Amino acid sequence: MTFKIAASPHAHQRRTTQQVMRWVYLALIPGVLAQTYFFGFGVYVQLALALLTAWAAEGIAMRLRGRPVAHAWQDHTAIVTAVLLAISIPALAPWWIIVMGTAFAIIVVKHVYGGVGQNLFNPAMAGYVLLLISFPVQMTSWPIPNELAQLQVSISDTVSLIFSGFTQAGYNLEQLRMGADGITMATPLDSLRNDLNHQMTLSEALSKPIFGELGGIGWAWINIAFLLGGLVLIKQKIISWHIPGGFLVGLLVPAAIYWLFNPDQAITPMLHALSGATMLGAFFIATDPVTAATSNKGRWLFGLLVGFLVFVIRTWGGYPDAVAFAVLLANMTVPVIDKYTQPVAYGHGGRS
Amino acid sequence: MSAATKAIEAGHIWTFPGGIHPPERKEISNQTPIAPLPLAQQYTIPVKQHSGAPGEVLVQVGDKVKAGQALTQVGANNGLPVHAPTSGTVTAIGPGMIAHPSGLTDTVITIEADGNDEHVAFEPLANYTEISRAELLERIKTAGIAGLGGAGFPTAQKLALQRPLDYLIINGVECEPYISADDRLMREHAQTIIDGTEILLHIAGCEKALIAIEANKPEAIAAFEALLDKHPQLSLRVVPVKYPSGGEKQLIQLLTGRQVPSRGLPIDVGLVMQNVGTAYAVAQATLQGKPLLERVVTVTGENVAKPGNYWVRIGTPVAYLLEQCGFKPEPEQRVIMGGPMMGFTLADLSVPVVKITNCILVPSSQELAPAQDEMACIRCGACADVCPAQLLPQQLQWLAKAKDYDGLEQQNLFDCIECGACAYVCPSEIPLVHYYRKAKAEVRNIAREKAKAEVARERFEARQERLEREKQERLERHRKAAEARKKAQAEAVAQGGDNPQDAVQAAIARAKARKAAQAAAAEQQNKDGDDA
Repeated sequence: MTFKIAASPHAHQRRTTQQVMRWVYLALIPGVLAQTYFFGFGVYVQLALALLTAWAAEGIAMRLRGRPVAHAWQDHTAIVTAVLLAISIPALAPWWIIVMGTAFAIIVVKHVYGGVGQNLFNPAMAGYVLLLISFPVQMTSWPIPNELAQLQVSISDTVSLIFSGFTQAGYNLEQLRMGADGITMATPLDSLRNDLNHQMTLSEALSKPIFGELGGIGWAWINIAFLLGGLVLIKQKIISWHIPGGFLVGLLVPAAIYWLFNPDQAITPMLHALSGATMLGAFFIATDPVTAATSNKGRWLFGLLVGFLVFVIRTWGGYPDAVAFAVLLANMTVPVIDKYTQPVAYGHGGRS
Repeated sequence: MSAATKAIEAGHIWTFPGGIHPPERKEISNQTPIAPLPLAQQYTIPVKQHSGAPGEVLVQVGDKVKAGQALTQVGANNGLPVHAPTSGTVTAIGPGMIAHPSGLTDTVITIEADGNDEHVAFEPLANYTEISRAELLERIKTAGIAGLGGAGFPTAQKLALQRPLDYLIINGVECEPYISADDRLMREHAQTIIDGTEILLHIAGCEKALIAIEANKPEAIAAFEALLDKHPQLSLRVVPVKYPSGGEKQLIQLLTGRQVPSRGLPIDVGLVMQNVGTAYAVAQATLQGKPLLERVVTVTGENVAKPGNYWVRIGTPVAYLLEQCGFKPEPEQRVIMGGPMMGFTLADLSVPVVKITNCILVPSSQELAPAQDEMACIRCGACADVCPAQLLPQQLQWLAKAKDYDGLEQQNLFDCIECGACAYVCPSEIPLVHYYRKAKAEVRNIAREKAKAEVARERFEARQERLEREKQERLERHRKAAEARKKAQAEAVAQGGDNPQDAVQAAIARAKARKAAQAAAAEQQNKDGDDA
């Protein structure tokens, strides 16, 4: 009888890539529920479209590359990309937006560079930036929170809007986004930026109906929900605290300093923390292991850089939010960060 | 006394980066006392069981041998002897399966046991402090003792290094899951291990020893605590449970906060380490005069009916050992020599137990699931988080796949201790250690080829130089000979003798005259013909 040959170690911790990815998308559930609560069912339609597209794109790309298709579906990385992109775009955006973005993310950003583990840029964010630059109107048309909306959108209206551009009653998205005063409502960050640029003071800018006690209505709670999911990931050791910690410090410390010197003209750190994609970015996007730095020190620096870039772009840049740009810019610096944060190996003069 | 030394004395335990906590599973094998294994019918003893050259074979086929009789000689290049494990007849000397991951063969001596188990007369030593250090070292060497912890480095060789030593560390950590051989030995033979430690201290000329035991072995710790009061030179250190805290470099870091320099030895930082099994064997060799004939082997895993620890003679075939323990193989059974983290699989069970064999593990596929397909690295960095050597395993993996050997050296490939922590946590199930071993072998091969090529080049250049030199010498000889001849001639002429040149000229003149005569005659003949 001959016996099976195997390489050591023979013991293996049973946490596969698939399980890691599953934790990531399960931890997104609180945030998705919050989004649904404030912005309606559109997010589910977007999720379904994104998942279908990702599944197909992954299959096509693997087939073109002559690799086993089932292998790629198994690792669930495409699911994470699809989910992140679907929850980043406005919930009622037309169907082709998410399809195009997801296909680009999977085929070009991921597979053209060699597939999972090889891509330089975060696929979901590269897809997002492609869409934002190409279709700025659709990509910034966030629905207004349900509690402020004049017209409630049903599930069938949602589907109809996404696929045809009109509700069953014939309203288009622009009409739905109007407030009681007949003015289209912007997202909180967008509105703040415009108002502050127009020499309004912060308190004046915050007096608009889209703001509640914590910040933008809906947005604050969505951020808190993503924060919760993120803390679960840290607890489960799916991510380390270094990137989200760095991100928040890099964003909030400069923001606080800037605000202390310009209390009337700057967004408060609290608003920074609970607006836009801050928490989603800090815990779910910047932490993509493939495109982030690898050592703990490197991760900390990477997080700081992303957070700081978000602050800079939000404060002086041309876009209201900046997580996608900040992440992509920081992705580019990863090889350098990795090079200069290599830990000192045992026996090479480091201290115990 | 420096602050660092004070902290060591005070029993401070440092920490080392990374490490993992795999399921320990030691309870499978550590519940019962070490049992003697019944004699086998046949033993195969590899001549090389340590790191160093094998000794010269002393026996011939057909020889009767007794237990403890040396089969090979103490030789040059760290050559250690091996001994007959029982009495019987040498039936073969030749290539046989050995315990090596390669599955290659090496010279083995086969002994057919006669069942009497007679042994040669052992020479006990009442007071080892009365004989010289050199004699003690010789005793350890002739007993064939090599590090029983796994590396198999000749113990006497390690002790012979005459360098200042702060501490002797006795390693009873046994951090690898499943294995409990050292645990049982410490519980049952603490006094002998202490004796061995004192002998080692005496030989090494060292004052203090630290005995390190992992916190998951309370019985072993209690056994030592009960005895150490009477041995002021020895102190106990309990280290927290973490794999690989029993690795030599990691244990040094834990107990002293020092790091062995890259490519250096523990003695470079004033330390020397021995395994508890080695300390036991040293005591046996010194006090009882018994060479290394047997060792404790853990037989464990869900596919043996009688897991436990056994006194196993060196040379016992693994097949026999497993048979005695009620081995029930399953399809695609893995038989692992060593533990689940660093052990290697055996394809053929005729392989014998050797001096460094601490465990035979036969897991079911439920308890240690076979490796899955390797997936792509997602750079998650889990490997870097657990690496005790502070390397970047995923970086090494890319470089190894790309065969970037300079890059691998830059990333300190050779500081990898192959503990397997990285591969253990890898969510993509990449067999990282396998890649590193292969890359290390390739780097070594390249270095060897380079050295060979260098030697060949030197040889070629030396030959070219020699040929050129010989040519020059030959020309020089010819030139000198010609000069000498000319000089001799000149002298001869000067002395009025015949100038050889004259003779040449005369010969030329003669030849010319003859040619002229012939030409004239021919012309005459032609004329005559015309006239006719």
